[in-house]
Amino acid sequence: MLISVIFIPIGVASLLASRDVVEIVDRYETDCIPANYTGDELSFIQDPSSNKTCSRTLTVPKHMKQPIYVYYQLDNFYQNHRRYVKSRNDKQLRSADNANSTSGCDPEDRANGSPIVPCGLIAWSLFNDTYNFSLNNEALTVNTSGISWKSDRDKKFGDNVYPRNFQNGTLIGGKRLDPSRPLSEQEDLIVWMRTAALPTFRKLYGKIEVDLEANSTISVTLENNYNTYSFGGKKKLVLSTTRWLGGKNDFLGIAYLTVGGLCFFLAMAFIVVYLVKPRQLGDPSYLSWNRSPSGH
Amino acid sequence: MTRRARIREKLRWSNIYTFSCIRPNVLESEGGAHSLQGEGFSRIVHCNQPRVHRKKPLKYPSNYISTTKYNIITFLPKAIFEQFRRVANLYFLLAASLSLTPITPFTPVSMIAPLAFVVGLSMAKEALEDWRRFIQDMKVNSRKVCIHKGDGMFGYKQWQKIRVGDVVKVEKDQFFPADLLLLSSSYEDGICYVETMNLDGETNLKIKRSLEVTLPLGDDEDFKDFRGTIKCEDPNPNLYTFVGNFEYDRQIFALDPSQILLRDSKLRNTGYVYGVVIFTGHDSKVMQNSTKSPSKRCRIEKKMDYIIYILFTLLVLISLISSIGFAVKTKFQMPDWWYLQPKHTDDLYNPKRPAVSGFFHMVTALILYGYLIPISLYVSIEVVKVLQAMFINQDIQMYDEETGNPALARTSNLNDELGQVDTILSDKTGTLTCNQMDFLKCSIAGVSYGVVSSEVEIAAVKLMAGDLNEQNPDISNVPVQTSSTHDFWGNNGTNIEASEIELEAGITPKIGKSRKHLIKGFSFEDDRLMDGNWCNEPNAKVILLFFRILALCHTAIPEPKEETGGFNYEAESPDEGAFLAAAREFGFEFCKRTQTSVFIRERYPSSGHPIEREFKVLNLLEFSSKRKRMSVIVRDEGGQILLLCKGADSIIFERLAKNGRVYEEDTTRHLNEYGEAGLRTLVLAYRKLDESEYSAWNSEFFKAKTTIGPERDALLERVADLMEKDLILIGATAVEDKLQKGVPQCIDKLAQAGLKIWVLTGDKMETAINIGFACSLLRQGMKQIVISTANVDALASVPEKTLLLCLMTDQAVRENILMQITNASQMIKLEKDPHAAFALIIDGKTLSYALEDDMKLQFLGLAVDCASVICCRVSPRQKALVTRLVKEGTGKTTLAIGDGANDVGMIQEADIGVGISGVEGMQAVMASDFSIAQFRFLERLLVVHGHWCYKRIAQMVCYFFYKNIAFGLTLFYFEAFTGFSGQSVYDDRYMLLFNVILTSLPVISLGVFEQDVSSEVCLQFPALYQQGPRNLFFDWYRIIGWMANGLYASLIIFFLNLIIFYDQAFRSGGQTADMAAVGTTMFTCIIWAVNCQMALTMSHFTWIQHLFVWGSIGTWYIFLLLYGMSSPILSGNAFRILVEALAPAPIFWSATLLITAACNLPYLTHISFQRSFNPMDHHVIQEIKYYRKDVEDQRMWTRERSKARQETKIGFTVRVEAKIRQFRGRLTKKYSTLSVQTGS
Repeated sequence: MLISVIFIPIGVASLLASRDVVEIVDRYETDCIPANYTGDELSFIQDPSSNKTCSRTLTVPKHMKQPIYVYYQLDNFYQNHRRYVKSRNDKQLRSADNANSTSGCDPEDRANGSPIVPCGLIAWSLFNDTYNFSLNNEALTVNTSGISWKSDRDKKFGDNVYPRNFQNGTLIGGKRLDPSRPLSEQEDLIVWMRTAALPTFRKLYGKIEVDLEANSTISVTLENNYNTYSFGGKKKLVLSTTRWLGGKNDFLGIAYLTVGGLCFFLAMAFIVVYLVKPRQLGDPSYLSWNRSPSGH
Repeated sequence: MTRRARIREKLRWSNIYTFSCIRPNVLESEGGAHSLQGEGFSRIVHCNQPRVHRKKPLKYPSNYISTTKYNIITFLPKAIFEQFRRVANLYFLLAASLSLTPITPFTPVSMIAPLAFVVGLSMAKEALEDWRRFIQDMKVNSRKVCIHKGDGMFGYKQWQKIRVGDVVKVEKDQFFPADLLLLSSSYEDGICYVETMNLDGETNLKIKRSLEVTLPLGDDEDFKDFRGTIKCEDPNPNLYTFVGNFEYDRQIFALDPSQILLRDSKLRNTGYVYGVVIFTGHDSKVMQNSTKSPSKRCRIEKKMDYIIYILFTLLVLISLISSIGFAVKTKFQMPDWWYLQPKHTDDLYNPKRPAVSGFFHMVTALILYGYLIPISLYVSIEVVKVLQAMFINQDIQMYDEETGNPALARTSNLNDELGQVDTILSDKTGTLTCNQMDFLKCSIAGVSYGVVSSEVEIAAVKLMAGDLNEQNPDISNVPVQTSSTHDFWGNNGTNIEASEIELEAGITPKIGKSRKHLIKGFSFEDDRLMDGNWCNEPNAKVILLFFRILALCHTAIPEPKEETGGFNYEAESPDEGAFLAAAREFGFEFCKRTQTSVFIRERYPSSGHPIEREFKVLNLLEFSSKRKRMSVIVRDEGGQILLLCKGADSIIFERLAKNGRVYEEDTTRHLNEYGEAGLRTLVLAYRKLDESEYSAWNSEFFKAKTTIGPERDALLERVADLMEKDLILIGATAVEDKLQKGVPQCIDKLAQAGLKIWVLTGDKMETAINIGFACSLLRQGMKQIVISTANVDALASVPEKTLLLCLMTDQAVRENILMQITNASQMIKLEKDPHAAFALIIDGKTLSYALEDDMKLQFLGLAVDCASVICCRVSPRQKALVTRLVKEGTGKTTLAIGDGANDVGMIQEADIGVGISGVEGMQAVMASDFSIAQFRFLERLLVVHGHWCYKRIAQMVCYFFYKNIAFGLTLFYFEAFTGFSGQSVYDDRYMLLFNVILTSLPVISLGVFEQDVSSEVCLQFPALYQQGPRNLFFDWYRIIGWMANGLYASLIIFFLNLIIFYDQAFRSGGQTADMAAVGTTMFTCIIWAVNCQMALTMSHFTWIQHLFVWGSIGTWYIFLLLYGMSSPILSGNAFRILVEALAPAPIFWSATLLITAACNLPYLTHISFQRSFNPMDHHVIQEIKYYRKDVEDQRMWTRERSKARQETKIGFTVRVEAKIRQFRGRLTKKYSTLSVQTGS
């Protein structure tokens, strides 16, 4: 009963918080394939010469207050695969002195005889689609700083570590990094290096720091570079606001309501049964020797 | 001077004793020496030259003994080996070693650290126990003994310093430090008495004698130049054989066991002995004999193994599922996952060789899901049991103030088994009874004397008084506390006193409340005999003779007491002590024994001064269990030769002369009365002998005495037989074998707790039955089924039977017994009356048949149907066999309790062995699992500690499985989302802490402190004990319930978390949850859920439990904080996770709350449902206590208390009820007849 009293309000509050969040989701991986490549997406994405640019239009359903977070969502991408998760070297990321420590980064540890910085499969497969937003033909700036954890920037990714020998191997994975900027400033990498728990995940791309009116249309010019076609993964672009509880997810509220409701129901049931067939607490007639007169 | 004086004091017992002390002279010649050739006879001992034995060929082990399992060097390898004999530990070791290879899903330290912790803790416990053993050894090793240091000087040395060849002097009541060859003793003829209780449990003294040649070595100085050589057998465990030769003065003498004094036996009744050390330390017979007590495992632990097997199966199953999943994913999907670079892989993830990868993954998975197997379970259980044992040891209510012995849990791993005992097998002497005899009554010349009631009588009277109490409300208007009947033994003192007064006032008015006699062994009271009044009795002459027999017919030695001027008697058996005490009180004080005479101070009322009379002891035909009688032939001061005899009634009665049967009828009646009163009886008789008759017999006797060869004993017996006939009966004695304090009460309570009690005793049937009555195991109106071979036995013992006939009779006996058993079973089956109770009484001989394979099941079936079972005349081996039969036949837990070495077999065989650390030796205690000072503590040990420990351990084990399933399965679910790659969602260090720190302390506190009801309630409601034997808390229903609960919790924790943290931002900063955040939240939920579950499970809270439960949760947050603050290299993605990411996110806290509540909801519902509608006994009692109803409504409380017992057919309370039924029956009959009369 107590639980239900506490839980139902929390549930309502969470649900309201979740409902307040405005979210725009746009799936683009099939639409951004030129017609002549339909059915052969893989060769399109692997062809360095093909034009990857693609434009999309999004309609804002409701007023969106800034900051509006821009996410990319990948599907069927096993960032949590053990081989993938382990393929990094925190030491190397932290300080320039450890550039040579590439243990665990195999097979992306060294290229052309010298160590790769940052090494490992995670960094190597960095997401490389790019988005450019414009509202009414006016470019919306996407702020890509401050999207990672502060501690990651300060402590884990050194400000004297510069990408070196990166994406120089025979296989090109994802994005190339600007060798002139230290890793601590390359926040897209920092975000990407925080591997997701599930094969479907969103990662923060940046923030739009202006309010968007309802029914305004945003046009997005994106570079569809990242290969999800080989494993049939979806790509989505997500714009979302947040509330105190985070993004849009009704589940927590529903779960609270369910548990609270269940408790309420059980409590009521007990009360009803108790009223119908009361048992005085400490009633000795419930002792086993009183209930079965013949003893045991 | 002193020496001479002492020698004069010495007695030559060999002249007195008939059977034990004959020294066949011929054997001492050279021809009699054993030829000691060949294997096994290599030992050479140079007497008095211990230095010789320091060098190689003759170097024997020192007298240092060590019973420790390990020493400093062997400890590590041995203890580690012991640890890894457990399957679970071996599995974890394997996992830990694999964790060093790339297969592992975890870092090596997270595998090795818990294992090291767990194994280390177990080993520390082993080390501690071994240390205790070492201390005990040291105590023994540093005992001092007087040893010859050369030049006739003796000095004290530690036992461990003794070497082979040393001459030692052992003084009275000391233990022998090693196996010795007896050289001489304080008695002139080299006799000494030895108590071998520690070896075989027999309390009677044994006689050892030295060789004739070493007799002159009677003083310290004689050993100055003493030299001799002993050649003998090598060390062996056989206690009753010894073969060796002694070379002395260039002559060789044969040695046999009667010259060997064994280590751990005790010198009694003898001032001192000299001996040469033959076997030292571990060579000594007793050490060779010591067997390792079998390691016992408790039921829960056995069942636990099954559960672990189930979990292993589950483990293998889910590993198989995930490795197949992995192989499939690797083969078909991984080539598409370009980000994994599938072309550049080793065998672990090779899409081209999925089978190999699958196999490797299988190994990985087995390690990964290892969290299903609770690694810390064993060690936690061990820790808990040690702490429980500490509680048992510290229980002040099981501390015996008289002896200063507390209860002692010697092995801690059987605590919970104490709560599941079904059958108690008890020894009698020393366990139920004190083995202290009190002279209580006698029958002289057909008149019974003695007014003091035996305990049995008192109990019977009390019972009748109780009856009156119960019936009074119906009959009279006297207000009586109806509750008191069941409260005889309660704490309420007034009740007992009331009934006691009533009984004593009403039934035996002659005795006052207090027995003024506090003389040991004497509780007799009758004015007709006391204070010399016997002279005025009609049969004064017979009475005089009676007293003289008491004072003369024995083998005791008087010892003057300094303070009082009285005497202490060193008697072979407590009965004899009681007789002598009685004789003294009657005015016949045995004061001196010399070589040939016994002196008695007789005090007659007519003359004030005691007269000292001398009786010349001509022959002494001592007691043996075969003869069941002893006689002395004495010549009194008037020259009259008398044969005085005492013995068992059956034996004496058949040897009476025709004119000696005057009192037979009366005496027999009295004997029956005494028997019913639970007393031990002996019959006294005498015979007057003519000089000529005696000398004729004596010469024959002497001839027999000096015969050599195996037939000597038989011959002697036959000659003795000739003399012990035509006896004249005088009377009988009745000695009370006192019950130990609180025994009937304890048995009553145990019976109410639903336990069956069997008595296994070496005593004869009559005594056993008496004690059965005294303990309320038997009562009038119980149908006694006596199974014996008596009738057939007579047939078989006819000596002229041929072999064939013997075989036939053997067959006949068997059939006869079988028939008796079947008849009895039939009888029980046909019995309609629900209150009818049966008692089975069986003797040892019959038992030997009944225990044979073809019959034992029928026997067991019969025995189980009977309310009480008494086995008499059983040998130690049979005790063990019966125990095994019960244990294996019924499959229930058995507890054996005993105090002597003869109970060791039984104690080791039973599921639980309890030793009484009372008067008798330590052998039983050493073999036991628990030792208590008195039988009555068994009640508390079982009903309180057993009950608690059982519940604690059962709940603890269930909870362990719950929490590990709840945790382990989340790993598996996550697997499915990572393409079965073997990645875990939690940081390695979380998992490392999970079992070892974060969840172990609360469960340990549950195991140690949990009490469902307080100890008083346990004692007041013995029926609660039945929860244990019926295994209500560890049946499969409950285990599976807990497992299902674990499964449910794992599902809730995993999927709720996953959906809550699915893909959206989890906080207002817009960040999405990565694996570290999800994993940490999930782990937090688990910690909360399992600890709250623990809090719900506990019913008894002290600050310790609160500290541990909430402290564990607190520790988790503190750990997370500290871990986050450590270097990011160490903490990886968990760096500052609490401070920066999770703590500011409301979703983290609300998810924790939601999931914790959701996890515990089913259990909460379950217990509320159970409590509301189907409460168990302890629930109700908890409520009663909580609402203080027991204080407010005392009447209800006592009523319930009286009802709270198992239906039983033994014990005191039942006796009362039987009486009540009888009474009611009579009443109704009376009423009906009345009504009939009025009607007509």
